[in-house]
Amino acid sequence: MGAEFVQFSLTPILIGTFAAIACALPGNFLILRRQALIGDAISHVVLPGIVVAFLLTGTVAALPMLLGAGGAALVAVVLIEAIRRVGRIEPGAAMGVVFTALFAGGVLLLEQSDTSRVHLDVEHALMGNLETLIWLRAGDGWASLADPVALAHLPDELPRMAVAAALIAALTVIFWRPLKLSTFDEGFARAIGLPVSAIGLGLVIAAAVAAVAAFDAVGSIIVIAMFICPPAAARLMTNSLARQVWLSVGFATLSAVAGYVLAGYGPLWLGFDNAVSAAGMIATVSGVILGLACLFGPHRRRVGVAAGA
Amino acid sequence: MTAETLTLAATDGTATAAGLDPSSPLAVRGLTVSYGEKPALFSVDATFPAGAMSAIVGPNGAGKSTFLKAALGLIPAVSGEVRIFGAPLSAARDRIAYVPQRASIDWDFPTTVIDVVLMGRYRKLGLFRRVSRSERAAALEALDRVGMEAFADRQIGQLSGGQQQRVFLARALAQEAELYLLDEPFAGVDAATEKAIIDVLKSLKAQGKSVIAVHHDLSTVADYFDHVFFVNVRAMGEGPVDRAFTPGALAQTYGGRLAATHLDQLTLAGG
Repeated sequence: MGAEFVQFSLTPILIGTFAAIACALPGNFLILRRQALIGDAISHVVLPGIVVAFLLTGTVAALPMLLGAGGAALVAVVLIEAIRRVGRIEPGAAMGVVFTALFAGGVLLLEQSDTSRVHLDVEHALMGNLETLIWLRAGDGWASLADPVALAHLPDELPRMAVAAALIAALTVIFWRPLKLSTFDEGFARAIGLPVSAIGLGLVIAAAVAAVAAFDAVGSIIVIAMFICPPAAARLMTNSLARQVWLSVGFATLSAVAGYVLAGYGPLWLGFDNAVSAAGMIATVSGVILGLACLFGPHRRRVGVAAGA
Repeated sequence: MTAETLTLAATDGTATAAGLDPSSPLAVRGLTVSYGEKPALFSVDATFPAGAMSAIVGPNGAGKSTFLKAALGLIPAVSGEVRIFGAPLSAARDRIAYVPQRASIDWDFPTTVIDVVLMGRYRKLGLFRRVSRSERAAALEALDRVGMEAFADRQIGQLSGGQQQRVFLARALAQEAELYLLDEPFAGVDAATEKAIIDVLKSLKAQGKSVIAVHHDLSTVADYFDHVFFVNVRAMGEGPVDRAFTPGALAQTYGGRLAATHLDQLTLAGG
């Protein structure tokens, strides 16, 4: 693997891996709390947020996009809570209504607005643009990793996604005990004085940060898949939460790397001369891993819950 | 909602908590809890004795569990005040051990028996302190007291209902508290577990600890408990079992829901 790999494959693979890990980590706890839909909801409502941010600012710069996406996530959470209370509808249904409606609204807005001169369309929202996040300045191959000029031209998404993944990993380690305790037994956690509501909100915010940071680079397909597939597969492989979280990181990494490689070279190996969507292939690989875990995992008794959560 | 925000003030500005017995492990005044429009508990007063075993008794839906949860601040109260050994809840967390209903959690959670018991040491361990040998020993001893030491490394999903309940009790023992609050500890457990649990609770009492349990089996109230508190949305009476556990109190608490044949089978005060 030489210069070409570093230029064209290294950065998309790393970005995909960081995005997958950032989503899989909170996904572990969301699944155990039967809140896996929240990841789904957040990754959908990001679209109208980004479109509105674009309409207001006229750019697709990172900061307005992130603020728009974050704002939309906030609006969605408030709407879900309001519908649940006013309409007395169960949370899952309220979430389903809100995120599909907001996503649909985002699609309409996108269609009506003039986004032809920027890379912002429904396809991008779903599948991201992982293949375009290449590192052209890395002409010296691996030596470019030590070249400050080349490093300065890394795609912005790489440091952003790396920081998001590192932040979420650090939060997971720091709040491991309260997260585990309040996920396992909320009543007991409250009784010993843990701020259970704040922990739950923090988890949702961490999931939102992962979804928003990942969305731009890899699209909502990967985000949704990574919230659910690696943690659910990991749950079927072990009965220890710590091992489950480590395994989910492993499965997320495997999905990202294998998915990207398969998307780029798989069709060639089969004799076709085109490549397929990396985002689609990464999500598919994660689904295949979950399927294998369902069939062969040692703790697959809970398949129904994991798949339906 | 914290206990402080619930504190009522009398018209002269002094906190009415002054009227609550500071020696009582759990004293409650004017506790009102509402789910939606209908109150689940309405202006409940109760004072539990220290160093005794107390039962909270009442029909289904009378607010027994709600009473415990509101006293612990797990659900918000509309009004009322709670004192634990005379102190507000926030200052007394280390003195309370709580055993929730077994059915309230998902037993397929990926964790082991010893891990669950170690959760009882959380307030001592905090975020980062390593689980030392002595912490682990304390957890194993708690498991030993409920006869579950051999199951320490077992996956919790593999336990029977009775074993689950014993693990919950072991976690409460690991908290080394002075007041033990249990929500239906005998619900759906086998006879051996019921015996094991009651033995542990009696040994706690012998050590001077206070035990308060939501209890649904009227036939064992007189055998197991010293003190009884009747509740059916409102407080329906309280006192030592040998004086307060009367047909009249039961009839008043349960309305028409207790058949006379049930009453015949009970060990009742003055009977």
